[in-house]
Amino acid sequence: MAVVTLHASLPAGYHANSNTPSDAYLIPLSLKWNGGPLEVDSVTYPKASLEKYSFSDKPLSVVTGEFVLTTKFKVPASALNGAAAQTGTLKFQACNDRMCFAPKTVNVSVAVEIQ
Amino acid sequence: MALLLGIVACAPRQTARGGVSVKPEESRKKAPEFTLKDVHGNAVHLSDFKGKVVLLDFWATWCGPCVIEIPWFMEFQRKYKDRGFEVLGVAMDDDGWKSVTPYVEKRKFNYRVVLGDDLTGDQYGGIEALPSTYVIDRNGKIAAVHIGLSKKEEFEDAIQILLDSPVHAAAQSAPGDSAAGHGAVRAGAHADRRPGSHS
Repeated sequence: MAVVTLHASLPAGYHANSNTPSDAYLIPLSLKWNGGPLEVDSVTYPKASLEKYSFSDKPLSVVTGEFVLTTKFKVPASALNGAAAQTGTLKFQACNDRMCFAPKTVNVSVAVEIQ
Repeated sequence: MALLLGIVACAPRQTARGGVSVKPEESRKKAPEFTLKDVHGNAVHLSDFKGKVVLLDFWATWCGPCVIEIPWFMEFQRKYKDRGFEVLGVAMDDDGWKSVTPYVEKRKFNYRVVLGDDLTGDQYGGIEALPSTYVIDRNGKIAAVHIGLSKKEEFEDAIQILLDSPVHAAAQSAPGDSAAGHGAVRAGAHADRRPGSHS
């Protein structure tokens, strides 16, 4: 088993939708691993907070400030020993109290050493 | 006296509430022309709205602040349509009509919506933040730009001022007939990305 923690932060005054947004139209925080020798066991998203914004009648499920995403990987029996990279993408959509920004997808890469 | 009149003529139009809602005519730039498709696949050109005051709203279904403004724009469409006013929504959703169609139908939009693209967004300064709303005068020039959630009164004041303004005989061409001024529009839009800012 291997554990990878991904640290992210948003500037003050900004938020991103959590992985379970309050409205079906909102774009969730999403971490997908799509390449590398390891097998994803689970992804744990940061604890969302319910925040009220001027543009929404009800509080929204969001992440703000610094937050961490944790992924647990299994090492398949078939994995070859040696150095490799585990790659994925983190998708998020951020807003502040008055405007929203286009969804972004950033590449994530973690060096792994299988022994 | 002449100098004083000149200054007055160049001043931005003040609203009854004291805010500045539209740029002085002299500093307005031509709204870039575009051709985009509506939900039925019909091509919609900005120049189709020649001679009208147009509220051009770049929005997306995932944009919370946009949701606040949409009912205002539907109200404006009802209230001012007969005076030569049109709202045109430009949806910027990456997955296109898949998201936009059910959204528009559920909320019963009463104005036209087209699907935006990067090229059109670039023509209007990149559209980095939503909502981004352009109020275009009867001469096809951008009279006000609102980046982010703005006040309903600011939009309505601008619409009323522009509806009351005459169409210039020398500027009867459609909005977007000329690409002149794209750079200036782009620069202006980039220069002011403060929340709720307008120019």
